[in-house]
Amino acid sequence: MSGFNKVVSSYADAMDGLQDGMTVLAGGFGLCGIQENLINEIKRLGVKNLTVVSNNCGVTDFGLGILLESKQIKKMISSYVGENQTFMDQLLADELEVELTPQGTLAEKMRAGGAGIPGFYTATGVGTEVGNGKEVKEFNGRDYILEEAITGDFAIVKAWKGDHFGNLVYRQTAQNFNPMAATAGKITVAEVEELVEPGELDPNFIHTPGIYVNRVIQGEFEKRIEFRTVTEEA
Amino acid sequence: MALSREQLAMRVAKELKDGYYVNLGIGIPTLVSNYVPEGIEVMLQSENGLLGMGPFPVEREIDADLINAGKQTVTAIKGASFFSSADSFAMIRGGHVDLTVLGAFEVDVHGNIASYMIPGKLIKGMGGAMDLVAGADNIIVTMTHASKHGEPKLLPQCTLPLTGAACIKRVLTDLAFIEIKDGKFHLLERAPGVSVEEIQKLTAGELVVPDNVPEMDL
Repeated sequence: MSGFNKVVSSYADAMDGLQDGMTVLAGGFGLCGIQENLINEIKRLGVKNLTVVSNNCGVTDFGLGILLESKQIKKMISSYVGENQTFMDQLLADELEVELTPQGTLAEKMRAGGAGIPGFYTATGVGTEVGNGKEVKEFNGRDYILEEAITGDFAIVKAWKGDHFGNLVYRQTAQNFNPMAATAGKITVAEVEELVEPGELDPNFIHTPGIYVNRVIQGEFEKRIEFRTVTEEA
Repeated sequence: MALSREQLAMRVAKELKDGYYVNLGIGIPTLVSNYVPEGIEVMLQSENGLLGMGPFPVEREIDADLINAGKQTVTAIKGASFFSSADSFAMIRGGHVDLTVLGAFEVDVHGNIASYMIPGKLIKGMGGAMDLVAGADNIIVTMTHASKHGEPKLLPQCTLPLTGAACIKRVLTDLAFIEIKDGKFHLLERAPGVSVEEIQKLTAGELVVPDNVPEMDL
């Protein structure tokens, strides 16, 4: 067996080592590009006091929302609470810590974390609560705040296609936060729709090179749609 | 008459120029895409990772992997591209988007905007709005001029937590098109049939009214 064969055959193996109190980075935007079965496995493991870094937190009964229901999440670092009522309720009842983080800053925090850059300056959030307590530095006459990188004990990502080397290709807007999350986990687990033979993925079109990925598992996805909007057929 | 949501979108659409890359926020801004003037092309940027957003799909085209920032199913036009959230916000923060249209709860005479939470009551989160207002130069805020209870939303000072400080220069409400400069609101246009007095009454921040305030051309 090749040292580059990262395929695992069970979800228990995929999430092996996840413990109470760990930080988990998750790709996904709304319900698009989420790691449906890895999230189910986290629920099954019952680990508690997790810090979850993800743009959203799913919906009440699907995606990361199920880990809120089971009270496994201590803290969320997210940009949008949006339509998830459980999230809002736990937040307003002080049962959940939340670090509301602007979406672009969140993406860059993960990117920086994976790239070995401990922090960066951005104009986003200057003069708002997001900037409170953060270092301000002026560049060319404009104020910027210092934002620190994020890394995770685990990163979970969802890809369209992957091979056993861990090379990944995402599909359409299911890409979103997945490529950055993939770079920033101590252990990065990729759940893919299609596990393909080595060499099948064109090296010109790999989104995430396998070096970032530790484990790969092929899953079955429900791919639930949050808001089904249509145009009448002409 | 106050403008309908569609009329607000129609007025914003007049600000579109050929070759513009445009980011439209959730709600009224999204409707702007229905009124792109004939003969010009714009490319819509959706911050979840799509440049070249098309209309909603017909039933058989629906794809769970293709959504907009409001999590609605959409399509991609010819010439579209998909990318990561980091790339998406590089476009936004880096000033590559020509026009940003977004909603708000409150705007004040200093160009401050509040749009993401009402403490103790409603927490939506800022999503990409903080990055958009910090990164864009050309922003139009669309909102109702006053709340349902008649409370002004154009204020001397925002009361809610800010989405951005001193970043808004133009606001289109259902009653008026307003420019913000020198710490004041300046009335540029009024909705058809709406009087300057009505606008004045529902504007809490200082409003500069020129002698002649034209009605909007929709």
